[in-house]
Amino acid sequence: MSAPAADAPLPMTLQVNGVVRTLSAPARRLLSDALRHDLGLTGTHVGCEHGVCGACTVLVDGEPARSCLMFAVSAQGHAITTVEGVGDDPAALSPVQQALAECHGLQCGFCTPGFVTTITAYLDEHPDPTEDEAREAISGNLCRCTGYQNIVKAVLRAAELRREERA
Amino acid sequence: MKPAPFVHHAPRTVEEAVAVLAQVGTDGKVLAGGQSLVPLLSMRLATPGHLVDIGGVTGLDGLDVTDEHVRVGALVRHAGLERHDGAAAALPLLRQAVRHVAHPAIRTRGTTVGSIAHADPAGEMPAVAALTGAVVEVVGQGGAREVAAADFFVGPLETTLAPDEMVVAVRFGRLPAGTRTRFTESARRSGDYALAGVALAVQVDGATVAGARASFVSVTPVPDVLDLTPAVGGHPVDDLPLDAVADAVAAHVDPDSDIHAGADYRRMLAAELTRRALATVTTEVTVGAA
Repeated sequence: MSAPAADAPLPMTLQVNGVVRTLSAPARRLLSDALRHDLGLTGTHVGCEHGVCGACTVLVDGEPARSCLMFAVSAQGHAITTVEGVGDDPAALSPVQQALAECHGLQCGFCTPGFVTTITAYLDEHPDPTEDEAREAISGNLCRCTGYQNIVKAVLRAAELRREERA
Repeated sequence: MKPAPFVHHAPRTVEEAVAVLAQVGTDGKVLAGGQSLVPLLSMRLATPGHLVDIGGVTGLDGLDVTDEHVRVGALVRHAGLERHDGAAAALPLLRQAVRHVAHPAIRTRGTTVGSIAHADPAGEMPAVAALTGAVVEVVGQGGAREVAAADFFVGPLETTLAPDEMVVAVRFGRLPAGTRTRFTESARRSGDYALAGVALAVQVDGATVAGARASFVSVTPVPDVLDLTPAVGGHPVDDLPLDAVADAVAAHVDPDSDIHAGADYRRMLAAELTRRALATVTTEVTVGAA
């Protein structure tokens, strides 16, 4: 089969942040690029593009996954949640977003969307982590500014905020 | 950094998948979790013209425990294996090892069987497959066949899988009662490829070690098994000749040098990790596999 056929645009249907979206892109379109370029959801950041940095982490059926290591075509049929789906209103931040702000868990902010999605999914499964567990939870995400101490604090603070929210 | 163009195939059955593989030959590649393959595509270290995406194939997500083995289907994610209490009880080494595979966000997508089919010497699960005498279940155009782990891995990233074949499941062999297992590895950063790692199975009979075997991560071209029984067999479990074990490991492994570590350092590390892992089996009270 010839190269043009290989790169022909395919119709795709993605469920992102609870909304069904359609797009047309070649099979090689990474989910990260589909979110940003095709759907305009630029909250998902693209750092290393080979799965190391964690900036592009989104939730796939509620579980954290690297959107740079998935093709958009393979993401069909799954519920995708980006940072915009976790919270996109500065006046109504999610507990994780609020904790990152309170604890100075970000400086330049490039890595933050990946931390927000990763920590959100982690706290869903582990609502009351220790400091060591919090550090382990974020070990797959790189930040070049903070030195991580305040992000670890933010994980613990977010757990606290979520408990308060439920009380 | 984007993958080269490819034709995406989305078979619904194993038969459809192998039919496509047979048609496209060496220009085809199976895509399961993609956590190793997609980086290779993005860096254009691999440029297959056809990807056979098995994500929608039914019947590949089973995880079954029997008296003899733990059978893991081709679409079971590392995270699914990690969470599976039945698998962990039957063969504790599975959970001990899979927790070392990259990060949680990789384990949610990456598949255990894909990791074995990928045959990266730096992979944890190929080493576990070797140590447990796993059987690789393969389906091709000509039908199904089973390949012992020892006959499956032939070199780094190289297996005896034919271009028209795919792995549908791996059966990890359960270990005899009285076997204590350990998995440990060392990486510069959490979740990185290990500089060296070891999977260990020690057969304990009362207060004496009857036998021990080990397989390794990142220090052998293929995950093969080193029998440590000549070094430790018959010795009391709390007084093992650890120096002799370290020497046997150092003589067995054959690491390469790269920018992360030299061959000598990796050899020393493999020996030391094995020594430390072995030292901890003395304190083990509960016996692993039934």
